[in-house]
Amino acid sequence: MTFGKNFPKHDYYDVIVVGGGPAGTTAARFAALNGAKVLVLEKDRDIGYPVRCGEAVSHEGLIQFIEPDPKWIASTVKYFKLVAPDGTVVKPNIEGFGYILERRIFDYELAKIAAENGAEIVTKAYVNGLIINNGKVEGVRVLMNNSEQIEIRSKIVIGADGVESRVGRWAGLNTTCKLQDMESAVQMTLTNIDIEPDTCYFYFGEKVAPGGYLWVFPKGNNTANVGLGIAGIYGRQRHALSYLEEFIEKNFPQASILTVIAGGVPCAKTADKIVTHGLMLVGDAAHQVNPVSGGGIISGMIAGKIAGQIAGQAVKENNLDLIFKYEDEWRKTLGQRHERYYKIKQFIYKFSDEKLNEIARELAKIPYEKLTLKNLFLTAVKTQPSLIIEVMRLFL
Amino acid sequence: MVIIKDNKCDFCGCCVGVCPENCIELYESKIEIINELCTDCGKCVWACPFEVLELHITKKKKESFL
Repeated sequence: MTFGKNFPKHDYYDVIVVGGGPAGTTAARFAALNGAKVLVLEKDRDIGYPVRCGEAVSHEGLIQFIEPDPKWIASTVKYFKLVAPDGTVVKPNIEGFGYILERRIFDYELAKIAAENGAEIVTKAYVNGLIINNGKVEGVRVLMNNSEQIEIRSKIVIGADGVESRVGRWAGLNTTCKLQDMESAVQMTLTNIDIEPDTCYFYFGEKVAPGGYLWVFPKGNNTANVGLGIAGIYGRQRHALSYLEEFIEKNFPQASILTVIAGGVPCAKTADKIVTHGLMLVGDAAHQVNPVSGGGIISGMIAGKIAGQIAGQAVKENNLDLIFKYEDEWRKTLGQRHERYYKIKQFIYKFSDEKLNEIARELAKIPYEKLTLKNLFLTAVKTQPSLIIEVMRLFL
Repeated sequence: MVIIKDNKCDFCGCCVGVCPENCIELYESKIEIINELCTDCGKCVWACPFEVLELHITKKKKESFL
């Protein structure tokens, strides 16, 4: 095998990470920190681009991994406003703050940290198969630079290949997302618009975004990510793009559109199995997205850290069966919480527009200081006595 | 079979994520459907945010989804 400039330097690694998003590069960083020889393969020509993301993260989540830096922060957000189908606005007290990122720079930064810790990163590397021997994943097949098919071997493969999640499926893990759980999403970055630069807006309703929501996330004084997700099943009648076009036409007719991007968000429970012999899955590939919010940056990084550390340890101790610990660790850290959120999502999206309006009008009466997210949830339940039984089921 | 209607595809991977037969290849800026493996279930068509795909029923479906 001849290795040119844009090729992996070796044909054998301890850990190969497929996918250079936040989950993948965080896994790479922590595996490398634990002494493993790590390779990250990114199919696109760029790390961090195209950005398929609303770009919102909480401060609290972020600082577990990286110090906030103005070069990849577009804005700081302090308030949420939830808009019911009839226009009633509810402003919960989020008791914290967050950021809207510049993902293309943020992802670069995460990749640089992984590289500084010793991971090797290669782009234009399209993984199109696994090397499997006696039921054990022993490497990947890669199409390099759209031209040369190569094989690279490893002790452990970490699949961080995003919503497509094919790596897991090649190894026999069921990572196909149910159509009703897949949020079919579109986002436009708009400029020349009048927005509150410190407030995230969320719009709900079957006419705006059935089985999902629409977001307006500020990126400075006159620019914002405006996007929506609809549950995949609703795409049969009408596709996500036309919902967004209608909203923008109505609410921001004067806007200039800087980007239009499509995406899929697996708002599901974590996949049943996220480890097999020689393979771990992290991030969207493992369906480690908060099923209510659709947020996946921080949870993907948390999973990446756990997976990377365990992979590093498994290599160090020369005991590859250790990677099976990852599944338990994930469930304890976030997985169980996501299961609960998944149940909450299932009944939230059953609400009719009338019911949402009724709940919103009730919530709008509560003063801001008292309307914490917990209180919001409890009040919503109180206004809908039929919910109490469903909610009790969640916690029993 | 599923056909790619026009050049609107944004290569986002939403269709790949819901495909139960794992029969969509998605490169950086190219999409291919391996129709020999497709069972005409239609999920990719409905999941697509941009309405890029179109279902032409040619096989007896495994699931009666329609």
